[in-house]
Amino acid sequence: MNDTRDLTNLTVTDALAALRSGELSCTELVRAFLERIERLEPRLHAFITLTPELALRQAAAADRQYTRARKSGESTPPLLGIPLAVKDLLALAGVRCTCGSRILDNFVPPYSATVVQRLLDAGVVVLGKTNTDEFAMGSSTENSAYGVTRNPWNVKHVPGGSSGGSAAAVAARMTPAALGTDTGGSVRQPASFCGVTGLKPTYGRVSRFGLVAYGSSLDTVGVFARTAADVALLFSHMAGFDPRDATSVDFPLPLPCLDGKTNLKDVRIGVPQEYFIEGIQPEVEGAVKAAITHLEKLGAVVLPISLPHTEYALPVYYLIAPAEASANLARYDGVRFGPRVEAENILDLFCNTRGQLFGAEVKRRIMLGTYALSAGYYDAYYGQAQKVRTLIKQDFEKAFELVDVIAAPVAPSTAFKIGEHADDPLAMYLEDIFTLPANLAGVPGLAFPVGFDYQGLPVGMQLMGAPFGEEMLLRLAHVYQQTTTWHLQTPTGVD
Amino acid sequence: MTPMLTLQEVEHIARLARLTLTDEEKERFRRQLSEILEYAARLQALDTGDILPTFSVLPPQNVLRADEIQRSLDTEDILRNAAKTEKHQFRVPPVLDIP
Repeated sequence: MNDTRDLTNLTVTDALAALRSGELSCTELVRAFLERIERLEPRLHAFITLTPELALRQAAAADRQYTRARKSGESTPPLLGIPLAVKDLLALAGVRCTCGSRILDNFVPPYSATVVQRLLDAGVVVLGKTNTDEFAMGSSTENSAYGVTRNPWNVKHVPGGSSGGSAAAVAARMTPAALGTDTGGSVRQPASFCGVTGLKPTYGRVSRFGLVAYGSSLDTVGVFARTAADVALLFSHMAGFDPRDATSVDFPLPLPCLDGKTNLKDVRIGVPQEYFIEGIQPEVEGAVKAAITHLEKLGAVVLPISLPHTEYALPVYYLIAPAEASANLARYDGVRFGPRVEAENILDLFCNTRGQLFGAEVKRRIMLGTYALSAGYYDAYYGQAQKVRTLIKQDFEKAFELVDVIAAPVAPSTAFKIGEHADDPLAMYLEDIFTLPANLAGVPGLAFPVGFDYQGLPVGMQLMGAPFGEEMLLRLAHVYQQTTTWHLQTPTGVD
Repeated sequence: MTPMLTLQEVEHIARLARLTLTDEEKERFRRQLSEILEYAARLQALDTGDILPTFSVLPPQNVLRADEIQRSLDTEDILRNAAKTEKHQFRVPPVLDIP
């Protein structure tokens, strides 16, 4: 391959073609990404743990397999040799998994998450584990115990969160693709802030076995790449039934048909008035509306719709997710894994370990969830939240009787400054108002870049679909990217 | 309007949640949790009398599998992650108050 061409600019799709033809070796490709990581990591801090030895070992094996296959004519695994970063909330056997927390500082999982194993079986090469807000609790990656990740478009700004490390790594060309998780927007919001494409699948469509639990009725595993076509390709190897996840749904595997057609005349797009509220950054509203007009010009029918309970998604989420978290995080007690703070008796050991090793936001949410579930407050808070959740879900069901997809902003503003919401949790939570409803309703969402603000920070648009409607979202984003160039822009702040 | 949490309530929740908090944390959480709960109180204005709760978006059903012996994880791999072990077990301080 031509040395002057920067290999780290290759998409997954292009890299696969070059690897298969023999024009490029996997070792060359992986070295290019490792070198770029080495150069940019001190400024961006997208990773918690790097796995260069593992990556080079996997790359050498992939090269041998390609060479063998070219001689024998046998087929190769579908993603053989494609580099991937994995959010440090998903288990990869034998590699430290911190979840961004000191309470799992030295935890080495003895098994891999199903979604990670599926991608390994498909041939991916793992570059490392990416930074995250502690236990995925946050919207900026500032809650990581291992330091904040910086936005490649402007290092004074956050990359979003909680999958901020993955989004920043893809935007900065440190990896062509990365896994994330989305409980309240943690794939879509960082994708938007970093100008990349990110998918939050339907609840139950991708196995969560080996994903460290946060809010179990909301958690999903998603993926970032620079194009919808790449996201579709990776997603097709992530989704599917897993007997080891009781919430996994047996639904036919998606086979995204992303042909070259750019006619959208059969597609009805709903625009919910509740997502264009006072207080939204004008450039965000402008760019999203322009993108909707673009899709309309390609033949889509655009209809105004209403999701009347949208404003309640925030209080509903911030009762349900902390309640579930307070139960899920009960297992971290210093006994079976992670460091411990010694004490004279077992109760003090539990309380001191948790008190000293959990970060502020995790403790805050455990407290909030414990309160919402406690005697005397259960009906007023947790019970009422679950009922209002039904109303939010019904809003979507009614909307999808009228339209095929819903188009909206991902977040009310572009990436905010590091430290801007320090010690004001409610202001931080308000960043999530447009992403929370999809988690509460269990529907898929896709974020992708549709413009920039005056500071040069990316603006994202979100498409939401009916349950198991990922293909429609990916098709629309693919058509959009075939006819626009926002997704091709490269962050200038890091080179 | 939700009443402000008292320090005693914060201490009670922390005890239930098995969290040792510093005095500074107790005061900070008292203030911040009060603010968040006040915001959440707007849910109580909605009439949900005949609405069923959504605990999961999936239909409620039991997920069963055949009761067969399968290979599980290696004990050594599991114990390797513990802070203290002894004779293939997790070691902890006294659980019962025995002299």
